[in-house]
Amino acid sequence: MNDKLYKILLFASALIIPLVCGGVIYALFTDAYEAFQHFGFLKFLTSSDWSYTQGDEQYGALPFISGTLMTTLLAIIFCIPFSLSVAFFTGEYFRGTKIATVLGTVTDLLAGIPSIIYGLWGFYTLRPIIMSLNISPQGSGVLTASVMLAIMIIPYVSSLSSEFIKMVPKDLKEGAYSLGATRAEVVRKIIFPVAGSGIFSSYVLAIGRALGETMTVTMLIGNTNNIPDSITSTGNSMASIIANQFGEASDLRLSSLIAIGLILFLITAIINMIGKMMIKRARIS
Amino acid sequence: MTNTRIKRRLAKDKLLLWTIYLFAALTTVPLLTILGEVLLRGYDQLSWEFLTQPTPTAYKAMKAIEAGDSIPGGIANGIIGTMIMLGMASICAIPLGILCGTFLAENSKNRFAKVVSYLTDLLQGTPSVIIGIVTYIWVVVPMKGYSAIAGSVALFIMMLPLIIRSTEETLKILPSSLKESALALGGNKVRVMLKVQLPAAFGGIFTGVLLAISRVIGETAPLMFTALGCSFIRWSVDKPISAVPLLIWEFFNDPNLQQLIWGASLFLLLFVLLLNITAKYIAKKWNQ
Amino acid sequence: MESIIPILEFKKTCVSYTKQTMAVKYVSAAIERNTITAIMGPSGCGKSTLLRAANLMHNLYPNITVTGEILLNGENILSMEPIEVRRKIGMVFQRPTPFPTMSIYDNVLSGFTLNGIRLPKEEKDITVERCLKSVSLWDEVKDVLNKKGTFLSGGQQQRLCIARALAMKPNVLLMDEPTSALDPVATKHIEELLLELQKEVTILIVTHNMGQAMRISSRSMFMYLGELAEYGDTATMFSSPSDERTKSYLTGKMG
Repeated sequence: MNDKLYKILLFASALIIPLVCGGVIYALFTDAYEAFQHFGFLKFLTSSDWSYTQGDEQYGALPFISGTLMTTLLAIIFCIPFSLSVAFFTGEYFRGTKIATVLGTVTDLLAGIPSIIYGLWGFYTLRPIIMSLNISPQGSGVLTASVMLAIMIIPYVSSLSSEFIKMVPKDLKEGAYSLGATRAEVVRKIIFPVAGSGIFSSYVLAIGRALGETMTVTMLIGNTNNIPDSITSTGNSMASIIANQFGEASDLRLSSLIAIGLILFLITAIINMIGKMMIKRARIS
Repeated sequence: MTNTRIKRRLAKDKLLLWTIYLFAALTTVPLLTILGEVLLRGYDQLSWEFLTQPTPTAYKAMKAIEAGDSIPGGIANGIIGTMIMLGMASICAIPLGILCGTFLAENSKNRFAKVVSYLTDLLQGTPSVIIGIVTYIWVVVPMKGYSAIAGSVALFIMMLPLIIRSTEETLKILPSSLKESALALGGNKVRVMLKVQLPAAFGGIFTGVLLAISRVIGETAPLMFTALGCSFIRWSVDKPISAVPLLIWEFFNDPNLQQLIWGASLFLLLFVLLLNITAKYIAKKWNQ
Repeated sequence: MESIIPILEFKKTCVSYTKQTMAVKYVSAAIERNTITAIMGPSGCGKSTLLRAANLMHNLYPNITVTGEILLNGENILSMEPIEVRRKIGMVFQRPTPFPTMSIYDNVLSGFTLNGIRLPKEEKDITVERCLKSVSLWDEVKDVLNKKGTFLSGGQQQRLCIARALAMKPNVLLMDEPTSALDPVATKHIEELLLELQKEVTILIVTHNMGQAMRISSRSMFMYLGELAEYGDTATMFSSPSDERTKSYLTGKMG
């Protein structure tokens, strides 16, 4: 095989990616079209009806958009103390030691557990705890799903942030110590500001992950089609309504579900793009 | 005055240290309890019969529960379905992913490559449930039915970006002197790639493939709309088929079959962890 | 009292990285007040290691142990709180390390911010001006005080780092090859500065540049394989070294 053929082969195989992406976008747009056309794009986004009474079908994405945003936001908040601690543990305090390797391995393994198993654990272990604490009577809901989502994204965020904490030059830290700073002061006033943009971007990428997480949320959020009015109330996320109803849906309802999928796809794509851009910039500086 | 101030600062220092200790330790709790729970509740179900028998019907299971017996049958239909779909997805995704990753590594400044690289990120970040929807539109609708083929397509799309990225990254960190010295010896680009670069990158690429498999093997949502599930062992690729995560979902929803959840979860968890640990081990060996 | 007790004194100071190997072996030396003392020696001889011991930098790394005594005004710093010691003994590193997220102004004051000390605005202004003037950087940067410290040239950055250390009014200033990353012009500038500064602060400087030691220091230490081979007046050491190892290093047979 000569070089020219080789080049063509590589080029041709790289075409698969634009092809698949184009196909994804095309398929989502064409099949969501019916719903957008029927309800109007803005109406679909802002309506909170979800009823499939024959002859008077009403579908709107608002409950699911708010469910998704609520679970994601709460998950990020819950995961901050844990992921920051793990990141500083492995990236600064115990950098290069055996215990850091152990903790790193543990979090790596946590990242590998399938989301359906997280869901089971959430359902059979976490939900009873939430019930027994009298936080909510049925145990499932936005809060339960968020706690589980937080556990799922901790490994991802902490290994990314730890990378940026490790990149803070040793010279800089010693410079601060030489002025009489304690370790906590070096962490707060030197490492944190310097690694801050990188750490922040790892949280943005984690949002991208949490938005589309399906099975865990489906098993824990309670599966009701309303806008959650408190953190303990039940609801549905964009991903969980699709998981729950896609199999039984047809016609307008199917199109509405695909429309929700399209919205989820676009939000995730935008968040991921922002996160990747930020992380690139943080890596360069 | 100075002394109390120093004491206060040192106390704050200690406080931060212990906070970090505490939260880092707490993070390991979920892993330990997940492992513990799945292990404790699942280990007595895991048997030869469990791995070789198909799922019982809800009626059979109900009868067994009424009689006070353990539920007969197992998850063989799921294991075989998973293997078939994973096999078909891998056969396509591994070579294509390696080729595409090679393209990105060789042409990093090329405009088209930049677009491809960006779209790879896009695809990798796409929620798996959406891959499920799209595969449904692409494959299930035209074929007028759920099938193993549809499931494989969904897994293929999810594996592709993972393999591309790991190939690209591994090839990029190879010293350029390796390629240059091989080219200087008069090899053409294809030979240098096949005989020098790819073998040198083998460890990294293999790790990437293992991790890609471990990522998609537990995927449930996309298979729900493509492979659907099937309660008996099936070898044909154009009919609905089961998978281990699909079975877990089924057991979760069927009160009669709930006992089987833990055995199936244990099997899946062990498989995923084994893949992860192997991948980590190979990556470590390769880095030395 | 003050004239009897040396400002800084090493007493049988040893530093070891592992149990078997000692990087600094039983160094004893008294540093004279308001002088510049140079530490010379081939690379890997332990000169930086000795210097860093005086600032308790080794405390940051759990596998390094320091034994013996290091006295600051007669008090053994090895049994003192590191953060207290480091305020009294400033340090300037090989590479300039202005804090990239802080402005020039804040960099000078970083010692205070890091130590959680809040100064009133006027005092801040006075300190910044005094310190930047004493490293003769004031005229160059007085209009850009709000710019990041990393915008400055290498020589200016290093002078900023010296100003930052001086702001804490240290008794001793340790310098670890402060000019090795700089061009000759910037180096000359810093050397002139150090000669000025010795009036206010005692300086201990590690250098591999014999010319530099000769130009600025009045006392010199020569270290070899972790031991202090010779310590005395710089002029005497260069004209008639008493130790064989010093002699062969100075005549270029070694290192």
